[in-house]
Amino acid sequence: MIVAERKPMEELLQMTAPFGKILVAGCGACVTVCMAGGEKEVEVLSSLLLIERKKNGKELEARKHTVERQCEPEFIKDLDPRAEGVEMILSMACGVGVQYLAERYPKIPVYPALNTKFMGGPVQQGIWTEKCGGCGNCILSLTGGICPIARCSKSLLNGPCGGSENGKCEVDPKNIDCAWQLIFDRMKNLGKLEILAEIQPPKDWSYARDGGPRKIVREDAVL
Amino acid sequence: MKSESRLEKILSAGKFAVTAELGPPKSADTAVINKKAAYLKDVVDAVNVTDNQTAIVRMFIGAACSLIINLGLEPILQMVCRDRNRIAMQSDILGASALGIKNMLCLSGDHQKFGNHPQAKNVYDMDSVQLIGMVKKMRDEKKFFCGDEIKVEPRMFIGAAENPFGDPFEFRAVRLEKKINAGADFFQTQAVFDIDKFEKWMEMVRARGLHKKAYILAGVVPLKSAKAATYMKNEVAGIGMPDAVIERLQKAADAKEEGIKICVETIERVKKIEGISGVHIMAIEWESMVPAIAEKAGLLPRPGVN
Repeated sequence: MIVAERKPMEELLQMTAPFGKILVAGCGACVTVCMAGGEKEVEVLSSLLLIERKKNGKELEARKHTVERQCEPEFIKDLDPRAEGVEMILSMACGVGVQYLAERYPKIPVYPALNTKFMGGPVQQGIWTEKCGGCGNCILSLTGGICPIARCSKSLLNGPCGGSENGKCEVDPKNIDCAWQLIFDRMKNLGKLEILAEIQPPKDWSYARDGGPRKIVREDAVL
Repeated sequence: MKSESRLEKILSAGKFAVTAELGPPKSADTAVINKKAAYLKDVVDAVNVTDNQTAIVRMFIGAACSLIINLGLEPILQMVCRDRNRIAMQSDILGASALGIKNMLCLSGDHQKFGNHPQAKNVYDMDSVQLIGMVKKMRDEKKFFCGDEIKVEPRMFIGAAENPFGDPFEFRAVRLEKKINAGADFFQTQAVFDIDKFEKWMEMVRARGLHKKAYILAGVVPLKSAKAATYMKNEVAGIGMPDAVIERLQKAADAKEEGIKICVETIERVKKIEGISGVHIMAIEWESMVPAIAEKAGLLPRPGVN
């Protein structure tokens, strides 16, 4: 899933300061699961904004609504009546959702309430890590199901570098596991270390974002 | 000969090679290079010119290499994968060859987190193993990575690094072999402080016959103080600093002198290891000590080459 995190309150207060009537729009998909922009977070953020406004003696009308997914036009239609007459929409979706709303409401400014972080998942309650780099040409079969592009600080394909110590990455030994130690251990367990002795050639990054913004066209699915 | 490199000539003649490091200045000042080069001239066979080491901005390696060629030294151009994609790398390699640079050391590079621009975007279009392969292709096949022909090829003696003290230890000799298979002609290792572990690694290297496929130069670093050694132990991953070394420096009346002594002893020990073809003296911001170290370790005078 896409993992995101709410922007600092100070930034959100500054962002909303010029407006008197806003819509705080949540998303029921990934950001609900990672507790950043679902119905509950919409409630919390709206309350915080109202409290701050009251302290400053300025009026704020904050409408609230969470759609099932902000990344599909089908679902965002639900926001139409609530968006009527607001001066700005504060989207609590990932960057994808923010853009869908911006497209749907050409005359209303749509601002992001979250920082979209990565494609990943939870390690335990309250902790998420990055897992996939979205390179467009998956190599997980060669690396024991552990992605060196997303999880090695240098995205090495023939790792580990010299900075691997006790299973940790020198970039942040407290928080980052050395992906190549994990790959080595996993391949050893699978009895496939010989794969790691092979040189992985330079990657064709044209499948990644480096080839320009990407698009998938599925002829069989196009109506 | 794969190149016209003096270092290659010395190594292929079976002579024990000595290299050192010269960090380009954090300015446009050539005086710093002149000063450091003067310490190293006729004391070592070739000099590594480091590429924005620890991700701190320094003078362009090509320029620094060219400057030291003019001073009569042979440079080993270090190139890291952190700051260049394959287009820039190949362009720089052509330019390096045109400037008379005959040796390269291919590295992945220190992460920008450690430098003075931690906000920078890194590149890592390729890794060090892949860079080695690309330089070899340019030299031996006269082709760019894409397959286009190169009329006048860059004739580089190709170097690589390996850290015998990084984890996973049992993979380190395999990784050396990968670099040899990619095209590495010589290696300069991470600084050796834990000689016992280094010997164990060399056993693994010899078991694979790798010491016969590439020249291995053991890295050494003279330590200035117990504080410096402790810092390395705690802050530099994969350094393998034994407590005994720190204790020696603590107890010494003159830590700097003791540091030099330890360095010389290390050279003497690694010199005896089968498969070690030379030493790489990394006197970080202490280039002035290289002549004394080389002298005490019996590495002078340096052999001439034809």
